[in-house]
Amino acid sequence: MVRFENVGLRYGMGPEVLKDINFSIAPRSFQYLTGPSGAGKTTLMRLILMALKPTRGLVSLFGQDVSRLDGPTLTAFRRRMGVVFQDFRLLDHLTVYENVALPLRVLGKEEASYRAEVVELLRWVGLGERMHAVPPVLSGGEKQRAAIARALIGRPELLLADEPTGNVDPGLGRRLLRLFMELQSLGTAVVIATHDLNLMDIYDAPRLVLADGHLHVDD
Amino acid sequence: MSMTEIGYPEPERVERKLPANLRRDQPLVPVDGVAGRALMAVIAILTFLAALSAGAAVLAARASDQWRGAVSNEMTIQIRPDSRRDIEQDVARAVAMAEKLDGIEGVRAVPKAESDKLLEPWLGTGLDLVELPVPRLIVLRLKAGASPDLAAFGPALRREVPTAILDDHRLWVRRLSAMAGTIVVSGFAVVMLILTTTALAVAFATRGAMAGSRDSVEVLHLVGADDDFIAREFQSRFIRLGLKGGAIGGFAAIVAIALLGFIASRWSTGPEAEQLQALFGAFEIGWAGYAAVVLVAVIVAAIAGLVSRVSVRRYLRALA
Repeated sequence: MVRFENVGLRYGMGPEVLKDINFSIAPRSFQYLTGPSGAGKTTLMRLILMALKPTRGLVSLFGQDVSRLDGPTLTAFRRRMGVVFQDFRLLDHLTVYENVALPLRVLGKEEASYRAEVVELLRWVGLGERMHAVPPVLSGGEKQRAAIARALIGRPELLLADEPTGNVDPGLGRRLLRLFMELQSLGTAVVIATHDLNLMDIYDAPRLVLADGHLHVDD
Repeated sequence: MSMTEIGYPEPERVERKLPANLRRDQPLVPVDGVAGRALMAVIAILTFLAALSAGAAVLAARASDQWRGAVSNEMTIQIRPDSRRDIEQDVARAVAMAEKLDGIEGVRAVPKAESDKLLEPWLGTGLDLVELPVPRLIVLRLKAGASPDLAAFGPALRREVPTAILDDHRLWVRRLSAMAGTIVVSGFAVVMLILTTTALAVAFATRGAMAGSRDSVEVLHLVGADDDFIAREFQSRFIRLGLKGGAIGGFAAIVAIALLGFIASRWSTGPEAEQLQALFGAFEIGWAGYAAVVLVAVIVAAIAGLVSRVSVRRYLRALA
């Protein structure tokens, strides 16, 4: 599903922030991406999302070399992925409901066709009473849950979650983790970037460990 | 995927009716309210100016048509009185010469009584004008589209009737038409310049809005929106601004033109106004003029939509 071969990335003329990255993500797999703060977890996720281009090496996504993708294919691939950003990236002028429904709205779907589904998901993540609120009035935890709901609503084949439990209480954190595990069992490959050791202890899964720009896989 | 499908009991979940109005149809890419209103005001002002220019061009074109219709098919021969010559004989000779000229539909010597009547406004009635040297007029009606050989006729007439003066109004018509044509072309050029300015203003505003919405655009990309979708979002926003601005500016122009026409009609009771009206025609632009004003407003809205779309697509290509 995702394959990195000798991938390196540098910003401008600066030093390489990611060096010789090799790993692959299989369909229906579950893995953590971990490492100290600033190790490059978010950068690696942006590479998978094709929001950044590698300086060198091969990035292959859904069996295709991303350097050769045209615009429509890039968009089609992004629609097969769900992403939870560390800083949530919710649109402040839209309500929680509209933010969560966004991946379906950009597909051109009629609002009536997804309303029930979005509301159900919002209630499940505990935002049933906050669906009319706009992000600036939400707490950090609420924003995070809204961001997770937005990533899940499109039933992605690959879910990338950057510190998805960083702002929620341990109880909800465990519930969200169980949701990710269930997603995996339903066929979604899940990558969770975190440095929360307690979370990783709840469910044992391979760990992609980033340190000093290098990555090694802890099975 | 439903939460039930996943197998987790939903703590909040009870059979509740869905809220009826969840989506507020908010644009996905916000265009700042203040900037949007300012752009709308700029578009309204530019539309107003463009519509007035178009109206002025239509007014000039109509006046030019009136002049052409009124005088271009006529010429006049004026016979000045000369005590050494028989004016009636001169008139008859000039009429005979004019009748032989190609392209003449009819020749009419204005009777003396009629000529005298023309002087009444200046000299008053009841005067005996026998002793006054009043010139006589011969009106020549030209066939439509005919162009008589005036270069030969003029000198020939002067040879036969030295006191005759051939007055070819078409020279005036040509000059006035050229002036009207210049006004029409200038009006068109002004409209073009204003439309170009509108396009540039919208292009700058779009780029500003894009730069301000860069985060939103990136999020939209990452949740699967393609460039077409994002461009449509921006375009519909700017078309709405363009339509509002165009409608306000166009409506203001129509009101201004109608108001000027009303003032002109009230003022036209004076003698100066009658002369001005003779020159420029009535201050009316007609349905064609109003249609031109509406067309300008529609074109402004279309330009706003088109330019914003092109600007967004270029910006998105640069981002890629």
